[in-house]
Amino acid sequence: MTARDTILASIRRALGVTGREAPRRQAVADRLKEHPRGVVPARGQLPQPERLALFRAMVEAAAGTVEDVRADDVPGAVARFLRAHNLPMAIRRGADPRLAALPWDRERTLAVTTGASRGGDLAAISHAFGAAAESGTLMLTSGADNPTTLNFLPDTHVVVVAAADVAGDYETLWQRLRERLGAAVPRNVNLITGPSRSADIAQTLILGAHGPRRLHVLVVGGH
Amino acid sequence: MTLRATSPAFKENVREALSDVQLQKALGGGLGFTEQRRRAAEKLPEFEALRDSARDIKNHTLAHLDLYLEAYEERVVATGGQVHYAVDAEAARTIILDICRTAAAKTVTKGKTMIAEEIGLNDFLEQNGVVPVETDLGEYIIQIRHETPSHIIAPAIHLNKEQVEEDFRRVHTHLPPDRNLSEPATLLAEARAILREKFLAADVGITGANFLVAETGSSIIVTNEGNGDLTQTLPKIHIVLATIEKLVPTLEDAAQLLRVLARSATGQEMAVYTTLSTGPRRPDDPDGPAQYHVVILDNGRSAMLGGEFQDMLRCIRCGACMNHCPVFNAIGGHAYGWVYPGPMGAVLTPSLIGVDQAGHLPNASTFCGRCEEVCPVRIPLPRMMRSWREREFERHLSPATVRSGLAVWAFFAKRPRLYGLATGIAARALSLAGIFTGRLRWLPLASGWTRYRDFPVPQGATFQSQWKRRKR
Amino acid sequence: MAEPEPDGGRKTEGRPKRVGLFVTCLVDLIRPSVGFAAAKLLEDAGCVVEVPLQSCCGQPAFNSGDRATTREIAEAVITAFAPYDYVVAPSGSCAGMLKTHYPELFHGDPNWPPKAESFADRTFELVSFLVDVLGVEKVSSRLDEQTPPRHATYHDSCAGLRELGVKAQPRKLLAGIAGLMLTEMRDPDVCCGFGGTFCVKYADISNAIVGRKVDNIAATGADLLLAGDLGCLMNMAGRLQRDGKPIAVRHVAEVLAGMTDLPPIGERSTGRRPTR
Repeated sequence: MTARDTILASIRRALGVTGREAPRRQAVADRLKEHPRGVVPARGQLPQPERLALFRAMVEAAAGTVEDVRADDVPGAVARFLRAHNLPMAIRRGADPRLAALPWDRERTLAVTTGASRGGDLAAISHAFGAAAESGTLMLTSGADNPTTLNFLPDTHVVVVAAADVAGDYETLWQRLRERLGAAVPRNVNLITGPSRSADIAQTLILGAHGPRRLHVLVVGGH
Repeated sequence: MTLRATSPAFKENVREALSDVQLQKALGGGLGFTEQRRRAAEKLPEFEALRDSARDIKNHTLAHLDLYLEAYEERVVATGGQVHYAVDAEAARTIILDICRTAAAKTVTKGKTMIAEEIGLNDFLEQNGVVPVETDLGEYIIQIRHETPSHIIAPAIHLNKEQVEEDFRRVHTHLPPDRNLSEPATLLAEARAILREKFLAADVGITGANFLVAETGSSIIVTNEGNGDLTQTLPKIHIVLATIEKLVPTLEDAAQLLRVLARSATGQEMAVYTTLSTGPRRPDDPDGPAQYHVVILDNGRSAMLGGEFQDMLRCIRCGACMNHCPVFNAIGGHAYGWVYPGPMGAVLTPSLIGVDQAGHLPNASTFCGRCEEVCPVRIPLPRMMRSWREREFERHLSPATVRSGLAVWAFFAKRPRLYGLATGIAARALSLAGIFTGRLRWLPLASGWTRYRDFPVPQGATFQSQWKRRKR
Repeated sequence: MAEPEPDGGRKTEGRPKRVGLFVTCLVDLIRPSVGFAAAKLLEDAGCVVEVPLQSCCGQPAFNSGDRATTREIAEAVITAFAPYDYVVAPSGSCAGMLKTHYPELFHGDPNWPPKAESFADRTFELVSFLVDVLGVEKVSSRLDEQTPPRHATYHDSCAGLRELGVKAQPRKLLAGIAGLMLTEMRDPDVCCGFGGTFCVKYADISNAIVGRKVDNIAATGADLLLAGDLGCLMNMAGRLQRDGKPIAVRHVAEVLAGMTDLPPIGERSTGRRPTR
C-alpha cells in the first residue's frame, strides 16, 4: 500500500466512510463548482469614488503611499517619487504592454530596464491585476509581464493600478481571475498590503525586512 | 520519530522560565497582540460572522477531507506540480532529502513552518550534508542560538535586542567588530543583507502552507517580511511541506479564513504578503522555480478525525490563544517542551506525542476561557483540555496523592450530611488556628498555596449550620 | 411542573419567588457572611430564600476528569433544588458549572436531560439574578459618608464573565452606592490565577499570575478589592497580605448588602490596617 493509500484509508476509517458515497461526492463537486462567497464585509461595497477613497486610506494605513495620476504622467510620477527619496533615477519593469506603452522617453533622466530582477535593482514598477479596497491590498500575477522578483527584490516597489480594477473585496478579484485567466492560473498570485516589515526584534516594528521598504501605488484613471 | 519533547519535565521547565530574568522582562509588558486584535475586531462589524463562517468551512472540509485531498492532488498535478505523501515524520524527512539530493542541493532556504520543527527537519538535513537557512527573521535569530521557537508566529519573542546583538556579533564574524548594532533597525539591516545572499544562492526553497486550496491546487503562505516569497521564487526547486488539515475547498473559502487570520494573530487587516502558488514557473516566465513539490504529511492528524479532538484540526495557527493565555504569559513557549505552546499546544501535543508524555500541558490551565473567546475558528479549547484530563483519570495517569485526595473529597461530597460534619470540624479547627490574625502562613497539604500566599481561615461555624440555627 | 418564565425561572403568579440558595462550598466553609449577604439581598428584593442540604457543585471532580463522581453530585444537586423557582449562587464559577456544564454531563442519558435543562434554566449567579431577573437598579446599602469615599476596584472572575456574561451588573449596582468610588484596574478581565486545584498543583505559575494581578490592583490606588467569587478573592487576598499591601478584600455581595461590619477576608479586625 502506498503512503497515499494509507493516508486516504486512515481518513476514511476515522470518518466512517468509503469515499464512494454519492451525497458526499456531490457536496464536494458542488462546492468546488459554485465556490460560495460566504461573509463579505460591507466596508468595501461602495460606489467607485468612495471605494477609491477607501482604497487610498487603507494603503496609507498599511504604511504604503498612494497617488492619483493620469496614465501619461506615470513616468513623471515615478521620477518625482525617486527624486523625493534621493534614490537613483533607475527603474526596472516587466513586459506588461500597459507599462510598455507609457511615454518613458519624456523622462530623459530616468533609466528604464526590462525583465526579471536578479537582486541588483533598487526600484521596480509593476502593473497590478487589480486591488481590494477593503484592506488596501494589491493583486499581482506572475509572468513575463510582471515578473514576481520585481515585487520582492528591489528596495522600492511602484505599482500601477487602474481605478476600474480596484474592487471592493477579494471575492470580486477571484472571480475576475477565473474569468480573465481561465484555466491558466499563474505560478504566483501575490496579494500585497503595504511594504515589507518585521517586529521580530524586541517587538519593534521596522519596514523593509526582506522585501521592499517602500511601496508606492499609482492609481490611474480615477477622477 | 518527531522532534524530542521535554514536556514530561514541564514543572522543571516552568521553574526555569519563571526565574529567567530576560524572559520575564520580555513577557512582562504583556504581548501587545491582545490590544491590537481587539481593535481590529472592533473595526470590522462582520468579524463574529466571519468566525462562524471560518469554523463552518473547516468543519465541512474535515468531514470531506479524503475527497478534497484527491481533488487537490489532481489540480496540483494538472498544473505541473508533484505531490508526495508521507505518513509520518521520517517519511517526510526522507522525501525532502531525496529531492535535495537529486538536485545536488547544498543550501536550502526555509520560510517559517512549524511542521518542519515537528519533524526535526533542520537537524536531519544538516546531518546529511544539506545546510538549511531559516529566513524568517525571528527563526533566523533562534537558529543561530540553536534554540527552538517559543511562539508559533513570533518565534523570538522571548529575546531582547541585546541578546540578538550578542548573537549577531558572535556569528557574523566577517563584519567589522566596531559596527553599531544598538538598535533593532541596524540589526534588521544586517540580517537582511546576510540573508539576501542566502536567498540568491539557495538551490532549494522550503515553505510551509497556511492553506492548500483544492479548487486550484495552490498553496498559500502568509508573511509580513516577504521571506517566504524569496524562498519560493528564487531557487530552482520549491518544496511545500504541509499537513492534511491545511486543505480548504475554494479561493472564496480561503478569503474567509484570511480575513480572520491576520486580525486574530497581530491585529493587521491583512498580512503584508499573502501568496498563492500553483505549480512551477510557466514556460514563458522569466523567474520562478522549475520544480514544485508538495509533501503532504499525516503524522497523527487522520487519527484525530471522527473523535473527541477533531475540532482541534480547525486550527489555523494564528497564535491568538497563547497571546491571551495567562499561563503562557507567565511561562513563555519553551516551557511547554515541544513545538506547539499555549492552549493550542496543550490540546494538540498529547494527540501527537501521547498524553503520557504531554500530560501536564492540559492540566496547567485555570480554564479562564480567554483562548476559546478569541479563537478565530471557535475551537472549544478548555473543553478539550478537560477531555484529556478525563483520559488521564481513566488511565490512572495522575499522581497517586492527587487521586486519593480527590477520592477522599468525593466520598464526603457525595454525602452532604457527612460533608457538613467534616466541614464543621475543619471550620472550627482552622478558625482557631488563625484566631489572632485571621490567616495562616502555613497549611499542611496546601504548601503550594502557602508558599506564596497567606491562607484566610474560616470565620467559624459553617454557613449551613448557622443558617439552620437562625431559622429555628 | 410549573410553567417557565421568559428568564427560565418558574411562574410565580403574584406569590414571592422561592429561591434555593446554592451557597457554594467555599462560602459554606470559609466565609458564611457572604451567604448571609446573598440571602439578605434576595430577601430585600422580595424573594423567599431557602437553603437545602448541599455540599458542592462538583467542579473539583469535573476539572480533574472524574466525570462519574461529577454526575453523582450533579444528580443530588438537581434533585435537592428541584422544588425552587430559581437557584442562585454567589459565585460565577459555581453558577457556571450548574448552568452550562450540568446539562453537558447528561448528554445521551434517557432520563436526566430535561431535569438538567430545567435546572440550568432556573440557575443564576447572584448579582446577575438581582439585576437581569429581578430588575434591581439600586441597593439600599451605603458606606460611611462622613469619611472620604471608599476607593474600590473590581475583578471580573473568569467563569462569571465568559460563561455567564457577568460584567456590567455588579458595576451598575456598585455605582449606586453612596460613599463608594470604583476605579477600573488594568486587565480586570484577566485571570487571577486561582483556577481551583490549579493554584496548588501549579503553584509557581499561579503565583506568577496573581503577582501581575496584585500589581494591577495596587496601581489603581484602591484600598478595597471586590469580586463575585470567593476562590478568586481568597487567592488575591492571600497574596496581597503576604506582600503586606494594605488593601481590604471583600465579596461584592457583602458591600451590596451593607454588611461591611465584619472583618475583610483574611483579617481579624475591621477597618484600615496599618502597613506591616
